[in-house]
Amino acid sequence: MTTTETAPIVPSFGEAQTDRKLAIICSKGSLDMAYPGLILANAALGEGVETHLFFTFWGFDMINKKTMHDLKFTPLGNTATHMPQGLGGLPGITHMATSKLRKSIADLDVPEVPDFLEQIVDSGGHLWACRMSADMNHLTEDDLYDGVEAIISASDFIEITEGAQLLFI
Amino acid sequence: MPTTTIDGHEIHVDDEGFMTEYSEWSEELGKSLAAQIGIDLTDAHWPAIKFIRTDYADQGETPTIRRVSTLGGIPTKELFKLFPQKPAKKMAYIAGVPKPHGCV
Repeated sequence: MTTTETAPIVPSFGEAQTDRKLAIICSKGSLDMAYPGLILANAALGEGVETHLFFTFWGFDMINKKTMHDLKFTPLGNTATHMPQGLGGLPGITHMATSKLRKSIADLDVPEVPDFLEQIVDSGGHLWACRMSADMNHLTEDDLYDGVEAIISASDFIEITEGAQLLFI
Repeated sequence: MPTTTIDGHEIHVDDEGFMTEYSEWSEELGKSLAAQIGIDLTDAHWPAIKFIRTDYADQGETPTIRRVSTLGGIPTKELFKLFPQKPAKKMAYIAGVPKPHGCV
């Protein structure tokens, strides 16, 4: 009887070059809504997926040098916080909710927004800023985080994301 | 639990092929595992692998790429160069530890 050599069990790490592409539109500027895009972008990059983040409208706060270190969170209008809505508008509540959220995030060793963007860029991610939002707020590249590649128009975005899976946050 | 043989080393693996027995690893095996996935280990690769082995033993779980970078002192860019495309998983495989489960 002949014994055949079976191939060893080795994980498949995919093709050397995958053409999967992911584009995430970050349109929110609150601390809680900054993270979904960052976490998914980071995960995609870690799986070898070409990833683009497009910051528009309130999302500009995530890449504006003046605001990116200090995003806030409010329970107002968000019933998922399980807090009485009347409380949300009281002085000090936004500050408290923001501190609590920052601590929860830090306890998991998840980085703050600027460090997270740095990791995403270091992992090969592309950051783009929306032309219209820049114009509306009279902002230029100088106002934005260095890792942002350029301020681009909606058509540029559509071109860049040909064949990409799109996510709107 | 399946076993498989890589270059004469018989090891316990999970269904995907990641090692399940921490003690079955050796540097020589590490080299063979890397070769299986097309990586030729150089001096530049070893600090990451060694950090992962130590950190896994200390923490009981596989470090994420961020942890390897911040605590292991190896820039993220470098890790992506050394272990292209899926660095966290590739490093874990070569280091003989489970796939990382952390999100960042």
